[in-house]
Amino acid sequence: MAELKRRVIPIGPFHPLQEEAEYFKLTVEGEKVVGLDIQLGYMHRGHEKICENKTYDQIPFVVERICGICSTSHPFAAVLAMEDAAGIEVPRRASYIRSIIGELERIHSHLLWVGLAGHFLGYNTVWMWAWKYREPVLEMCEMITGNRNHYAMFKPGGVRRDIEPAMIPPLMQVLDELDKKLWMLTKAVLDDPVFHKRVEGVGILTKEKAIEYSAEGPTGRASGIVIDVRKDDPHAAYDWIEWEEIVFPEGDVFAKAKVRLLECLESTKIIRQCLGKLKGLPEGDIDAKMEHPPDGEGIGRYEAPRGEVIHYVKGNGSMYPERYKIRAPSFMNIKSNEVAVLGGSVADAAITLAAVDPCYCCTERIAAFDTRGKFLYTWDDMVKLSQEKTVRMGGGS
Amino acid sequence: MLKGIKKAALTKSLWVYHVAASPCNNCDIEILDLLTPRFDIERFGILLAGSPRHADVLLITGMVNKKVLDRVLRVYAETPKPCVVAAFGSCAIGGTLFEDSYNYAGPLDKHIPVDVYIGGCPPKPEGMILGVVRAVEKLKKLKDL
Repeated sequence: MAELKRRVIPIGPFHPLQEEAEYFKLTVEGEKVVGLDIQLGYMHRGHEKICENKTYDQIPFVVERICGICSTSHPFAAVLAMEDAAGIEVPRRASYIRSIIGELERIHSHLLWVGLAGHFLGYNTVWMWAWKYREPVLEMCEMITGNRNHYAMFKPGGVRRDIEPAMIPPLMQVLDELDKKLWMLTKAVLDDPVFHKRVEGVGILTKEKAIEYSAEGPTGRASGIVIDVRKDDPHAAYDWIEWEEIVFPEGDVFAKAKVRLLECLESTKIIRQCLGKLKGLPEGDIDAKMEHPPDGEGIGRYEAPRGEVIHYVKGNGSMYPERYKIRAPSFMNIKSNEVAVLGGSVADAAITLAAVDPCYCCTERIAAFDTRGKFLYTWDDMVKLSQEKTVRMGGGS
Repeated sequence: MLKGIKKAALTKSLWVYHVAASPCNNCDIEILDLLTPRFDIERFGILLAGSPRHADVLLITGMVNKKVLDRVLRVYAETPKPCVVAAFGSCAIGGTLFEDSYNYAGPLDKHIPVDVYIGGCPPKPEGMILGVVRAVEKLKKLKDL
């Protein structure tokens, strides 16, 4: 048999298959993926430097715009860092409101991923359904904060808007309806035999490798690592309410889907409890003012939908921070693709790369060339390969 | 007569190519949101195209940074003319808070001609649909089509 030639499939560069714009260079032997090179930097906007020229009150608005999908996680970690540095105690009411916004964001982010995973597998019905059920969540966000995304709710010492008692019953009502829909979607997706065949045992990230690559969030939890900042380093209201961590040991794409879908249901549980507790607290007490700019260091950690996000701030007593540092979860998780993709087929590459990180925010462009520049596949062809595989297994829409 | 057919065919169904020029993903997920059941712009014949060579409209999101600028110019060159370029979101229009960034390559209309400006952070879905309607109006007014 003739020896198989190695070929290179560039995915990218500035179209993201996931969250941030990355450039994946897949090396393939026939259909088998044997190597992956990842390059970052097409989305670099210089947030850390911008933050050094903004006042502490302005920073939450800046870091909010790091990512439109986790647009609460970054300000959450930022205000935690500033409060850590300035030594401020946040009012209970503000803590509950923070948790509510954080969990609403988690639901919409996870649903977004489920939909796109469905799209990659050729189940456009799942895509449409998941995104349809995401709309009520965005509506709730709009009701509470005034915007569908980029909520601008966080400030050092508290939140900017209160959830008034009159708003709680309609929010609860939306939540009840959402719960039913989420259960239906979860069962429909997880019980589907073709979905099982297509993603079970695909893109396995073992526990050892996950630890080695510092995988976090749903990616780590799907590989059996019990890691969740909300439990490990409780902040906001997470310590005062009942909820569970979702952990599965398998490490494949199916486990990641299970973690995300079941976490949505946990999130509704958290929101319901927070809303219930808000009723008993004094109204309007949502802001402990930051009297003096921090002089010293502070670290904020928050469990974003994709994993742990860390913000570090160093103040020198002036209005502006001296140094600002951000570490997003995707940075750790994307690297773990290196092991998850290897050994799989090209048809599984799309879903495996997407499994780590839920964002699919641009029309994908991908082209496959061999090492001498001969054209092999486009991105559409790759998605088609993936979708055809589903059809071969007797499913798809 | 042929001219009329061409214009009717073009404005009846616009194919949109979405260029992410270092955005924060927010505009991008809202664009995808337009395709899903709540807003469903496919009703109006608007489709996301997989390649700039098939596109009538370029939706460019994000503050264009120095690394991505080359690619944006290349995508613009690849798009068949006449095409409508929409600066999508406040970042593409004027940079907003990224104006001070060392990696900011300047507003989009400094680099390529922009026809439609859709403001907001992110624009509301209704605003996006209005933007596409404006694009159609603009194409209809073209004389040499």
